[in-house]
Amino acid sequence: MDEIILEVRAVCMQFGGLHAVENVSFVQRRGEILGLIGPNGAGKTTLFNVISGVYRPTSGSVLFKGRDTTGFPPHRMAELGLGRTFQIVRPFPDLTVIENVMVPLHLARYRNILASFTSWNTKTIRSEALRLLEETGIADLAELRAGLLPLGNQRKLELARALALQPALLLLDETFSGLRHEEIDIIANLVRKVREKGISILLIEHNMKVAMGLSDRVVVLDHGRLLAEGDPESVRRNPAVIEAYLGKGSMSYAS
Amino acid sequence: MNYLVTVAIFIGIQAIAANGLNVIVGYAGQISLGHAAFFGIGAYASALLTTKAGMTFWQALPFVLLITGSIGLLLGMPSLRLREDFLAVTTIGINFIVESIFQYIPFFGGALGISNIPSIRLFGTRLRGWPFLGVVAFFLLLSLLANRKFTKSCAGLACFAIREEETAAASMGVSPVRFKLLAFVIGTAMAGIAGALYAHTMRFIAATDFGFPHSVNFMSMVVLGGIGTLWGPTLGAIILGLLPEIFRPLIQYRMLINALILLLMIRFQPGGILGGSSVLARLFRRRPSHG
Repeated sequence: MDEIILEVRAVCMQFGGLHAVENVSFVQRRGEILGLIGPNGAGKTTLFNVISGVYRPTSGSVLFKGRDTTGFPPHRMAELGLGRTFQIVRPFPDLTVIENVMVPLHLARYRNILASFTSWNTKTIRSEALRLLEETGIADLAELRAGLLPLGNQRKLELARALALQPALLLLDETFSGLRHEEIDIIANLVRKVREKGISILLIEHNMKVAMGLSDRVVVLDHGRLLAEGDPESVRRNPAVIEAYLGKGSMSYAS
Repeated sequence: MNYLVTVAIFIGIQAIAANGLNVIVGYAGQISLGHAAFFGIGAYASALLTTKAGMTFWQALPFVLLITGSIGLLLGMPSLRLREDFLAVTTIGINFIVESIFQYIPFFGGALGISNIPSIRLFGTRLRGWPFLGVVAFFLLLSLLANRKFTKSCAGLACFAIREEETAAASMGVSPVRFKLLAFVIGTAMAGIAGALYAHTMRFIAATDFGFPHSVNFMSMVVLGGIGTLWGPTLGAIILGLLPEIFRPLIQYRMLINALILLLMIRFQPGGILGGSSVLARLFRRRPSHG
């Protein structure tokens, strides 16, 4: 049981008549980088929101660390060791960069009303936050308001915040989009380093080079359904996947 | 001199309530347009406990805090699940309902209100004028200290995170419901203390003292002085408390002038007098958001 960090079991998510996710099942092993890819509107972010507790699935279940966490609210999932970033970045704009990272560092204190009245601006927490900012390469921006940062640095900040939770599983929602090549390389290296620490990573990525390069295995969604699953090489050659991305009759160009 | 002391007492009392509203609106980012209801609950609780149960102001005080805070908790639980304009409308509704309960239920004195509320006594002497102002100043200081402590606590940081970006805050382990409620309970309890002081200085209260226009007035103080700043609500209470005294001949146009000030503030200095970008802010504070 300890081998599997995340299991998605026959998850369906409907919004009115729209089936955003339909009967999707897959497992992620501990320490694995799993890529979640698919064309726009395939239901990837919806699935992320189901896993992280933003939505309760219409049916099906989510097992995190072997425990049924279906319908747990997001803050409970964070407590259990799930960190995430957002496709559309969500920094705390009026707080400084370092304060942004200090929010998740107090995780254990939010559970207890008495503990939550202790001071948040302590030396230990500050230096811990600074260490995370150094790791993500934005330590020099620590005292700036987070809302002032350009997109690339906001994405790094989101990564630093998610890492501050010391998660067992990290969900990255298009962390690489809108970044320059050098930035992509920096963050890709960072993701590999994070994995070396034993943190499992589930990532949504549109940049195929990045997704295929980073992932140990790939799950492909299309129109809310699971289309294919396997190692990057076999998925890349899968005719159904090529068809979903490029349309029918594209086989000859795609290979 | 007596007149000035009376004005100062009222300003102090309103500043305490405005500081409470600042916790809800400024720190946790949750709009409340029903703050006068909790000011009223505090006033009625203290008035009833002293007139009917025969307690002194000081004996009644812990109960006043408990009663106002619990009602705040109870009313906050369903309301705070709503966001922005829905929350605004709901809190306005709370204000009207509470006012009607005071107005129409005989237990609360009905339209006649409650009279003969005893003065506050300290060491056997009745406090009027300067000594009463001293008590008000003491509670005002206490509310400012509480707010300062709150902004430096993890709970305060959690509230800032919710105010800035609720979804992200939740994904960092902050329970939005829990910390919004905490801010609401602290804020309403402060309004309760202010209401109790009001009841014992007026010695007569009626439901209309706690109507919706008073909620708007508290909100104006917070916005004018600087939402989410430590000293802003107090400054707002001083300005809005002094204006009608200075411009006595314009008393008829009081609401109009208040509205004009508020509109000008929102247009030209949305952070308030002490808010982040204002010139005065640099004199009073080092950084935004922590007061």
